Amino acid sequence: MAITKIQAEGIHYTRLNQMIRKAAGSGAEEIILEGVMGQRFIADGLTGSVQITIHGVPGGDLGMFMRGPTCVVYGNAEHAPGNTMDDGRIIIHGSSGDATAHSMRGGEIYVRDDIGYRGGIHMKQYQDKRPVLIIGQEARAFLGEYMAGGIILLLRRGRNDSFSQRGIGSGIHGGLIMIRGRVDEWYLGVGARKHEASKDDMDLVIPYIREFCNLFSEDPSSYLSSVFTCIRPASARPFVNKYTWE
Amino acid sequence: MCGIIGVIDRHRELMDGSTIRNALAVMDERGSGEGSGYVAYGIYPDYADLFAFHLFYDTLGQPKTQVEELLENWGMIEHDEEIPTCEQPGMRKVHIPWRYFFRPNRKLMLHSSTPDDDIVTRVVMEINTTIPGALVFSSGKNLGVFKASGWPREVADFYRIQDYEGYIWLAHNRYPTNTSGWWGGAHPFNLLNWSVVHNGEITSYGTNKRYIESFGYRCSMFTDTEVVAYLMDLLVRQHHLPLNLAVRALAPPFWDEIDRMDGHEQELNRAIRLIYGSAMMNGPFAIIVALEDSIVGFSDRIKLRPLVAGTHEDRLYISSEEAAIRTMEPAIQDIFMPEAGEPVIGRVIA
Repeated sequence: MAITKIQAEGIHYTRLNQMIRKAAGSGAEEIILEGVMGQRFIADGLTGSVQITIHGVPGGDLGMFMRGPTCVVYGNAEHAPGNTMDDGRIIIHGSSGDATAHSMRGGEIYVRDDIGYRGGIHMKQYQDKRPVLIIGQEARAFLGEYMAGGIILLLRRGRNDSFSQRGIGSGIHGGLIMIRGRVDEWYLGVGARKHEASKDDMDLVIPYIREFCNLFSEDPSSYLSSVFTCIRPASARPFVNKYTWE
Repeated sequence: MCGIIGVIDRHRELMDGSTIRNALAVMDERGSGEGSGYVAYGIYPDYADLFAFHLFYDTLGQPKTQVEELLENWGMIEHDEEIPTCEQPGMRKVHIPWRYFFRPNRKLMLHSSTPDDDIVTRVVMEINTTIPGALVFSSGKNLGVFKASGWPREVADFYRIQDYEGYIWLAHNRYPTNTSGWWGGAHPFNLLNWSVVHNGEITSYGTNKRYIESFGYRCSMFTDTEVVAYLMDLLVRQHHLPLNLAVRALAPPFWDEIDRMDGHEQELNRAIRLIYGSAMMNGPFAIIVALEDSIVGFSDRIKLRPLVAGTHEDRLYISSEEAAIRTMEPAIQDIFMPEAGEPVIGRVIA
């Protein structure tokens, strides 16, 4: 396999992305970035099937508009990884900041540990484009805010209490949030409703749970035997009279 | 969008300014080159019991004479000098930074329980509102703000901040959005021993300004951040609230959350919201405040600006970005994201 190594320490993101594009353009199958420290916009708009392995802390908007490649992060990511990502994968061996999967419209993001506030804000889907955000541990408030499509799956590793971050799915008008365990009605956002996951719901997400466990070498059995709560829009058009009148 | 970072060493071990300079520069994209600044505590041990005034002068004529006259009226200038600077190719030196070490004459404020602080506050407000061409931007003891229009590295090198050693540092990289970039509008903002760096907008500025001005503070820097310094001074120094409750007053829980709290907790939070309703800050913000023995970081209660924190040995770090913290302390393991509206507090123990 053609591997290119790049020492990223002290290199500005503009130059770093030029180096990544050049390596990908000359046939690299894997690009390994060492010593990444806050450089923003890594792999933005990149196409193809290259894998970018990142050691360190990538800055905001990792993989924005990306279509196809895989980014594997050994470390934590800052804000909005997968912003408006179109296709491909981001796999984070650590946690990520606020607005993870912001406006994501395709592909998959796997976060081993936690995400910050407003995970999956404005995620959307169209025909066969259905983005998926899977979180191993915890998420903060306003999960799936203004969500229009796709799937957010929160596994809450090691937790048995009910999820208690406010504003879940606030303004949701499409898509599905699935949280392992119970969710108190009070924590739902405006326009969201909840119900216990059905067999069909579980069938939809089991392949992603298995893949998550495969990526992070975990045993899926405790997740697969758990009850999940689904959060969906309260109706087909929950905000029909909020901004316009018919 | 702006970038902030702060650090405190609980044993007051001194750090020079070179690492925070590099950490702030990691967040260059959070600014626009129109304002960067630093504050360090513990930098003037030879004058530790005097108030260190840092001023911008437009010229050294009339404004300087007037300022010195006012200072001599209220106390004694024990030492003064131009703040050493090293001109940077990308920066225009539009003001002359000057410093005074000032001893207030407390006999002039007999009715007060904190006469020194009251004299300094009064002098700062008077200079900043009545003497054109002079601006006090730092007035605490054994601390100093260094700020200007420029990128983080430029401003750091302009003031040679690597030559200063402090046990607390705050730094800020500005992206001005609502008022223009100018030297006085750069952060940190300081009054007495309070310093503030802030990312965001305080949309309740009008309410907060009216409230704080009713206690004699004067807002003169054309930006929302200075009210935070004055509010903290009012709530903590004058009203003796502990730091965590002062933050609660500025970023309180929602009423529907208070309704769900238990008896005593509910009563406390209700009282804070009712008494300090006009001090409550709305809008997106992440803030770090420093005092001579502590720092506190907090965000708005729905977390519209980033904030992470980390601890390593004797030090607490708070910043907009994890990469900035890791630039200061590559060995750090314990990094966490504070809850929205909840303060992260670091104190010295010696």
